[in-house]
Amino acid sequence: MSRASIRSIGGPVLHATASGPFRLREAVEIGPKALLGEVVRLNGDEIVVQVYEDTTGLRPGAEVVGHGLPLAIRLGPGLLGNIFDGLLRPLSGADSTFVAAGMHRAVPSTFTFEPRVAAQDRLAPGAVYGIVTAGSGRAQRCISPPDVGGEVVAVASAGDYREDATICTLRLPDGRTHPLAMSHDWPVRTPRPVRRRLPSSAPLVTGQRIVDCLFPVAKGGRAAVPGGFGTGKTVLLEALAKGCNADVIVYLGCGERGNEMAGVLEEFPQLTDAKTGRPLMERTVIIANTSNMPVAAREASIYCAITVAEYFRDQGQDVALMADSTSRWAEALREVSGRFGEFPGEGGYPAYLSSRLADFYERAASVETLGGDHGSVTVIGAISPPSGDLSEPVTSHTKRYVKAFWTLDAKRAQARFYPAVHPLQSYSEDARDLGPWWAANGNGDWLKLRRRFLTLLDDQAHLERMARIIGKDALPLRQQLTLLCADVVNDAFLRQSAFSPVDRVCSPRRQALMMRLVGRFVDLAEAAVAAGVHPDRVGDLPSLRPLQRMGEDIPDAELGGFATLDANLDRDFAELMRSHEAGDATHR
Amino acid sequence: MRLTVEGAASRIEGPLLFLRRTLDVGLNDAVQIVGGDGRTRLGRIAAIDESFMTIEVLESTSGLALSDTVVRFFGQPLTFGLAPSILGRVFNGVGQVIDGGPPVATRQTQRIEGLPINPVRRAGPRDFIETGVTALDLMNSLVRGQKLPIFSGGGLPHDRLAVEIATHARLRHASAMKGDFAIVFAGIGVPYDSAEFFRRSLEQLGALERTALFLNLASDSSTQRLLTPRFALTAAEYLAFVEGKHVLAILTDMTNYAEALREVSSSKGEIPSRKGFPGYMYSDLASLFERAGCIRGVKGTLTQLSILTMPADDIGHPIPDLTGYITEGQIVLSRDLDRRAVYPPIDVLPSLSRLMKDGIGERYTHPDHPALSSQLYAAYARAVQARVLASVVGEEGLAATDRQYLAFGTAFENDLVGQPGARTLEQSMEAGWRLLAGLPAAELTRLSDAQIAAHVAPRVGIRADAKG
Repeated sequence: MSRASIRSIGGPVLHATASGPFRLREAVEIGPKALLGEVVRLNGDEIVVQVYEDTTGLRPGAEVVGHGLPLAIRLGPGLLGNIFDGLLRPLSGADSTFVAAGMHRAVPSTFTFEPRVAAQDRLAPGAVYGIVTAGSGRAQRCISPPDVGGEVVAVASAGDYREDATICTLRLPDGRTHPLAMSHDWPVRTPRPVRRRLPSSAPLVTGQRIVDCLFPVAKGGRAAVPGGFGTGKTVLLEALAKGCNADVIVYLGCGERGNEMAGVLEEFPQLTDAKTGRPLMERTVIIANTSNMPVAAREASIYCAITVAEYFRDQGQDVALMADSTSRWAEALREVSGRFGEFPGEGGYPAYLSSRLADFYERAASVETLGGDHGSVTVIGAISPPSGDLSEPVTSHTKRYVKAFWTLDAKRAQARFYPAVHPLQSYSEDARDLGPWWAANGNGDWLKLRRRFLTLLDDQAHLERMARIIGKDALPLRQQLTLLCADVVNDAFLRQSAFSPVDRVCSPRRQALMMRLVGRFVDLAEAAVAAGVHPDRVGDLPSLRPLQRMGEDIPDAELGGFATLDANLDRDFAELMRSHEAGDATHR
Repeated sequence: MRLTVEGAASRIEGPLLFLRRTLDVGLNDAVQIVGGDGRTRLGRIAAIDESFMTIEVLESTSGLALSDTVVRFFGQPLTFGLAPSILGRVFNGVGQVIDGGPPVATRQTQRIEGLPINPVRRAGPRDFIETGVTALDLMNSLVRGQKLPIFSGGGLPHDRLAVEIATHARLRHASAMKGDFAIVFAGIGVPYDSAEFFRRSLEQLGALERTALFLNLASDSSTQRLLTPRFALTAAEYLAFVEGKHVLAILTDMTNYAEALREVSSSKGEIPSRKGFPGYMYSDLASLFERAGCIRGVKGTLTQLSILTMPADDIGHPIPDLTGYITEGQIVLSRDLDRRAVYPPIDVLPSLSRLMKDGIGERYTHPDHPALSSQLYAAYARAVQARVLASVVGEEGLAATDRQYLAFGTAFENDLVGQPGARTLEQSMEAGWRLLAGLPAAELTRLSDAQIAAHVAPRVGIRADAKG
């Protein structure tokens, strides 16, 4: 243990005179309230500390204590279903209405342990040695820390233990013994090691049609969601957290609204996870640094969140991390950097913004864990670009590291067209790897239809520009039809209300049926117009309205509705062709 | 603890006073600085080292000298003395009574910086507030505990709108007694006549005795401007969370606050970010706006309605931009509508209430409210598109449907957004259904067949502006 005494203090940065050795990035406790901080600079006997809490009331002479360890968090079975602050201290246990400085770590709780190893077994680093069950009933794996392995000397019998109690003792290769508890500490800025990274072959099924069908993200992939205020970033991220098929969700509210966190806390326990049938909250860890909580902790919160995600990945789970919003994190980085007097780069951000973003996004991966399981961390980060300008530094740097990019469009949001993902400004590099998965899951035409829809939407943008000059009626009939078809793709397929009980989440099977039905409409309509039918008559078909409302009207439980709709489409088009061939001039 | 130090000042630079450190003080402690002119100024300790401390003076430093400046230390951060009797009183920007009455008999004191509400202890805002304004009630509903700013511009009637909302606001299920409702009004750098307009309007409506007014006039010091909303919100939090009242806090004009923030930041020599505003403006604004909401097990609520004027009507300017990222939506006023004498001139497309979904629908307003509002939004967006098209190719060049949309758009602005007097939600919804009856049923894809049959079909043929 080393000590230092505060020499000067201003805002969240303090200088102290050290009377023992300190390391760079060492975690320290400051003053009588034991505020948390991190050593960021060393200069002779002077240390510079970044304090993660409100420094009001601190004074020169107060003590700074370091234990020689980097900023670390405790990872254990108590994480799931709970909400923490940016430094992973529990908010739910706090009895006060307000968050004051000097909060403490979680009080260890008791869990039921069942051993999976016996004495004399060899336990590799990161391997499973037991199963832990929380009171709520969800079983988690008990893994050894990634840097500890050896021969099991003793292991506790099945029963209830405190999460910090020694339940297994190992003899390390060098002969020393090492106790293991259900939870272990891990430094947040160090990625947890894996055996190897795997290529991604399956999508993270999000239940949002525009994401899954047009701009999918693979399990272990990285996606960014930029959008100005009011375009629905948070709603989309929450919809993904509710509907996606990951085993564990880590939801990071980074510099966002307190009411949103309260909303998640109220809503999630009432929703059920379609995969397990258990409350959604049981698979969720929430980390909240709301916009009025200390800024310096915001910088650390993103590392806490990804470390938690990696911990569950190492248990062989598919984890999705939603970070809302990475811009607030970057701003915290900028603010802290400014306090150190560092030279500002583009937009006032420090020059290392890009490499920090890369460090973060590179921790997303599909892997073979040290224990030999398959796990993944998918990262989805929201970006809040100032005045919606996508050329700003955070967006442009992030773009280099993500493979799926979902641009939210203010125009669509203003028309209350949600999710407001702009089909022409978004992309997914994962799409071409995921065709085989969709083929195996009931949609062999996925790549073809996807291409078809995107082409239609692209043509629509061109034609609308043209129509603005010459008028819509002056366009050739085929092009008028293209506009109609693009409208149908938008309205019938891409629009999906996050608040509709029917359409909130769309199963892959339902997505495939809807996609095929819209594709079928486009085929039939094009054939009809090629045969000389006026596009307006296609627009007047009675089955068009049910088609545009199918997302709302046909739930997952009644998929037969799509076959009926399909039959009605066929009938309407057959009728249309008949009346056209009969030279029915009275209609229009 | 109250200690006085004289003659320790070693340097004065803008708002910063450097003092030799002769006693043990903490960061952010409040101080009082008395100059040779006898005037008292408030300040706080911004930085300390072994031998010096830096005091940020929150009022003008002109007239201060090194030799005769006396500094009094309070040993704690700035606080505000509170009691229920602050209602009906008028304070200046730093919480001193200026209505000529006796000082407030303090029941408790609170730090003006406040503390973040633990998200776990927050209750989600739920209660729909009827304001009488259709563009709000029907299209962008205000919910108790929400923070919803009005993005306005110079010369637009935002003051009138704020007063109307403050006086009409009521719950539909009026279980709350009238005495439970309180208004905290903070005029931040406002001209004398705006402050007077608010005071007079509230007085005429008989609301003054349930209002606490905080006035920092345009002529007052800009450093004080940074404190005004903090004093006002501390009072609001006290009334809501200690006294159990439903408080509506009106902060105007937040643009003046942000300008003061920039001024003070640059005088401290900080590295400027966008348009010269400090990089921490987001966190700073958030520390104000986040002081709203509902708390589990506490009866009172705190709703914030702040007004800001967008410089050059630019919604992308850092002030409205950062505000929009923090608040739960925004109400945008339009100069174009104002010029066409539409009142209230609310531009519904860029306006948004994020909490609307939680406060409307079957349990709160009407089961068809969400669909109706969504359909009106979709149709109006389409009408605006048609208008752009018509401006190039002319109305005659439009398809028949587009012409119907064009007519819908005009009626929407004149008869739905524009309103002669306050409307109940039922009247607002009636106006909405009538407008939709002017469009072909096939276009109404956001409504179910049942909704069309029940509400739209019976109104086909009735003129939208007919009085119901």
